[in-house]
Amino acid sequence: MKPILLIDFGSTNTKVTAVDLDEEMILGTAASYTTVETDINEGLTSALELLEGRTGKLDFEARYACSSAAGGLRMLGSGLVPELTAKAAKEAALGAGAKVLKIYSYELTEDDLEEIKEISPDIFLLTGGTDGGNKDTIIANAVKLASLPCDFPILVAGNRAAARACEKILKESGKEAFVCENVMPRLGELNIVPVQKKIREIFLERIIKAKGLDKAGELIEGIMMPTPAAVLNAMELLSKGTNKGEPGIGDLIGIDVGGATTDIYSMAEGAPERNNTVIKGIPEPFAKRTVEGDIGMRYSAAGIAQAAGTSAIENLSGLDGDRVWELLDYISSETSAMPTDDDLKSLDFALASLAVKIGTGRHAGISEKVYTPLGEAFMQQGKDLTTVNKIIVTGGSLIHNDKVKEIASQALYSFDEVDSLRPLEAEILVDKKYILSAMGLLGQYEPDIALRIMRKELVSYGTCKQEIK
Amino acid sequence: MSDKKKLVIGVIGADVHAVGIQILAHAFEAAGFEVTNLGVMVSQEEYIDAAVETAADAIMVSSLYGHGELDCRGLREKCKEAGLTDILLYVGGNIVVGKQPFDEVEVRFKKMGFDRVFGPGTPPEDTIKALKEDFNL
Repeated sequence: MKPILLIDFGSTNTKVTAVDLDEEMILGTAASYTTVETDINEGLTSALELLEGRTGKLDFEARYACSSAAGGLRMLGSGLVPELTAKAAKEAALGAGAKVLKIYSYELTEDDLEEIKEISPDIFLLTGGTDGGNKDTIIANAVKLASLPCDFPILVAGNRAAARACEKILKESGKEAFVCENVMPRLGELNIVPVQKKIREIFLERIIKAKGLDKAGELIEGIMMPTPAAVLNAMELLSKGTNKGEPGIGDLIGIDVGGATTDIYSMAEGAPERNNTVIKGIPEPFAKRTVEGDIGMRYSAAGIAQAAGTSAIENLSGLDGDRVWELLDYISSETSAMPTDDDLKSLDFALASLAVKIGTGRHAGISEKVYTPLGEAFMQQGKDLTTVNKIIVTGGSLIHNDKVKEIASQALYSFDEVDSLRPLEAEILVDKKYILSAMGLLGQYEPDIALRIMRKELVSYGTCKQEIK
Repeated sequence: MSDKKKLVIGVIGADVHAVGIQILAHAFEAAGFEVTNLGVMVSQEEYIDAAVETAADAIMVSSLYGHGELDCRGLREKCKEAGLTDILLYVGGNIVVGKQPFDEVEVRFKKMGFDRVFGPGTPPEDTIKALKEDFNL
């Protein structure tokens, strides 16, 4: 036996997963409260005790961890044009596993600066201008950031003709500044991998310590990445396979509905499936992550009502409007409420279904039909996911739900949103043991084993299909 | 960074003529310009966003389907609004409906704020020559 321990320090729970590399199997999983305020090891120790209570004493060869504790990796950023460099900055930060609080565009205002000071992010990503393009805005923003009495690190990934000038301005005011390749070197060219590597380096070197997470250092090899980055790794590995020839399962969509946010992942090029399609907007990354901060099962339950309308919740839950509001009030304050009675179960079903529908709707691209003097054409923005045929469901609120297949089917193409390019037909695979983040971590060292375990452990709930009427 | 003059080019409106704009892109690049080609069905906002981000020196609007006059209205005003105060605006192609005297068409487009107006069948060399004149190259 060759046991490895994989740890996920979450905002509320610390999850541990023990894997045997020899047998390529999960030995066990357990969770306990995260104790970042006191000593992060307390929560870890009690989770380990729970785990070893089930598996017996384990002699771990290595211990790897990811973390979203203490607020996760909180990022702000700025770009020039909202649809261009500001969007590229957002894609880069999200793909690095950050919690993106806001992305500013054009020149920062006094109010923006107040807000930035207030938020005091873990990292600020400063972008703007293609290489050789606009320099004025990024330099003006560097000057403004330099004036703030804050000590968060600033990562410069804009116009390379202005990057060093920005770095100089920031360093002269005592700020920690890093320079990286431009997120958009040419118009319409997305270059987010270098900046993501740098974000991860800063996370490892600086943020872990700043959040008091390095106390876990004695016991483990280190916190390798933010949890969403681990999940993204797992999904990418599962989709693409390994370079040693272990095959992946191809294009997929991942869904994680949490209490406060809904994360959607897609592993797909998203090229148009229809003829006569003109693509608009910046290119999409193969591994894409979006986060809906207003859509979640508890803290953000009211956001679902706002986005979908109460009548949608009434229809899906079978509850009347007054009861819906009563329960929404209750769960928004009692955020750890479990669905024990029938009404709350019905409400949770409706909320989860709508979270999936809204989340995937915002994630997927859209295709609008346009009539031109030369005939019909389509304008596509974002990814065409209509032929993606695997949907991976993860996250505590969904994986144990009896109706998980029905909930996940809300990720499919819908006749009330005909422009939205969601899958027409897909197999639903559920992360029953909640191991994706652990496999993303393991995948850094043993990709073949991590992939084989995922393929074995994901439970198929069959295929859902959108009937074309 | 190179100090090449930067052009943003594209076919405006609901126009899907995709070949000519590629030829223009190659011709302008070969003549020493840095070209950002937005392709077909380009909206006014896309030209402006691209010009802001790349700090372009000129926006070159192509139109082949006759609706150019409608599509181009207000572009100069929006450029000013976006801070592109002294950007060059060129337009060319089959920019109006039917056969109209070109000098009248030219006057109308210049009133709209275009610096240069080119009629149907203009060879790229003419446009390049005009660019060089306007940039004092």
